Amino acid sequence: MKIAVLIKQVPGAESALPINSEAIGVQEDQVSFLMNESDSYALEEAQKIIEAQGSGEVVAISLGPDRVQKIIREALAKGADRGIHLQSEASGLVDPLTLAKQFAKVLESEHFDLIFSGLQSDDSGMGQTGIILGELLNMATASLVVETELGENSLKVKRELEAGWFQWVTLTLPASISIQSGLNQPRYPSLRGIMGAKKKELKIVPESDFIVDGEKQSIRKVFVPKTDKRTEMIDGEPDAVVARLVEILKNDVKVL
Amino acid sequence: MDILVVLESSNGSLHRMSREAIVGAQSLAAENGLSIGALSMGADAEQIASIVTSYNIDEVLVVNNDLLSPYNADGFAECVKQVVEQESPTLVVIGHTYQTRDYFPKVSARLDKPFIPDVISMNKENDSFVFTKTVFNGKLGSEVVSNDSACTLISFQAAAFSDENIMSGSATTRQVDISLEPGNVKSTSEAPFQEEAGGVDLSSADLIVSVGRGIEKEDNIPMAKELANALNGELASSRPVVDAGWLPSSHQVGSSGQSVSPNLYIALGISGAIQHVVGMKGSKNIIAINKDADAPIFEIADYGVVGNVLDIVPKLTEVIKG
Repeated sequence: MKIAVLIKQVPGAESALPINSEAIGVQEDQVSFLMNESDSYALEEAQKIIEAQGSGEVVAISLGPDRVQKIIREALAKGADRGIHLQSEASGLVDPLTLAKQFAKVLESEHFDLIFSGLQSDDSGMGQTGIILGELLNMATASLVVETELGENSLKVKRELEAGWFQWVTLTLPASISIQSGLNQPRYPSLRGIMGAKKKELKIVPESDFIVDGEKQSIRKVFVPKTDKRTEMIDGEPDAVVARLVEILKNDVKVL
Repeated sequence: MDILVVLESSNGSLHRMSREAIVGAQSLAAENGLSIGALSMGADAEQIASIVTSYNIDEVLVVNNDLLSPYNADGFAECVKQVVEQESPTLVVIGHTYQTRDYFPKVSARLDKPFIPDVISMNKENDSFVFTKTVFNGKLGSEVVSNDSACTLISFQAAAFSDENIMSGSATTRQVDISLEPGNVKSTSEAPFQEEAGGVDLSSADLIVSVGRGIEKEDNIPMAKELANALNGELASSRPVVDAGWLPSSHQVGSSGQSVSPNLYIALGISGAIQHVVGMKGSKNIIAINKDADAPIFEIADYGVVGNVLDIVPKLTEVIKG
């Protein structure tokens, strides 16, 4: 059993997001990057499956500039067996169809049984790359997965539907699924894991190995959203804040 | 046809976001003199088509095929692909539902056409469309253009258009055949189920106190519950609280939970990620308390407090109780 996990390095939830001079992205030197949240759940789920099998490998794969090697090393420290870095200077706000074609070029010869990805990235939020990659490699696909059960040459997944509904779907292998946050407890790397990660294989693939046609969609501009809402900000010590809130509840919202 | 709207059934009725997508298509069609077709497929294809024929669109295409029932991603993706190839619309629009997220990327791959998801608004510049969507979890906006002049797929974010603005009319119906083999379907679906019976119906609540990650730990949930009780309101939450197991999923507000529009929504320690905001931005009054002054929730709040929920809420409850 070989499982690929697509991981993306994205600005952390607390990071500043200054818009760059071309206004098509953020100033990366002022951003603190982390592994995309749902990707870390995808990684944990892959590791749990391989551990339960007792054999196989988890391969952590990321596309981006050299900084993304940090999250590949992090995945290796958590227990992934090897890593692949697709070297690209493209911004994180990239066309998912192009991205998936690039991954397909590099990963086709690996013949993965499963490809796991996070539901969507916390930067571009397209939510497509893993599913398109599955299509390009002629795999079964499912999105919004909240539970997995590996069977004989199949993967049973619990899909989240809307408004508290769920559904079990059995996929033939190979399959590519995108995983919803919260389905497991992602582990922290151990000290031994961190030391061991340095000895694990991290293959670097240059961009010339995965050239594809031009982007099908492009970001033309990034901007700070304007709000037409006037927000009254209430400052002060808790007692003063509470007094003003009670006034609002009584006089403006009229619920007291 | 110029615009193809792909419809979704929600237990036999037309999904609210399909109605919103029709409104989006109607406004585009009116401004630019375009024709609209709607595609109805799957188990409820005829039923959904009969609803849609009373709207102001040109034509409803109905695909009846046993392999499209129950819903499966391969069958639905192949169906849309073949209909697009037959009808050559320049724009294919759909609501950004969970089902859309499951199969529409596959349509994009099969047609080799761009799929721009979660669009909030669009406008026409010269001869091409510019689409607006949020990036960085709603903290920034972006303008996206398609580089494919022949066909572009887009999905609309919930509430991008109001379904109250749907225009009535009458549409003709046409049966469309597609070719689908059992071998094309690489999955088997079981019947949908609910995890817990008798969840909380937040959609009719008049006052909601909702908790997010900023509540810090499960032990602090009763504190929020007390405020909800003091105000005769319901307790709700954002996704991280449900993921952590602090509240059952029936309490969840947002794109994967319930959509609410109470008179008052009090957001405690909720950052305001777009997935949450789409489920509550219709609230008449929003009070937000959050430690992070840059939290996006303040952009949609009527009243904002930058502060610690744990310092403010117990005092507020005490004063309200008298």
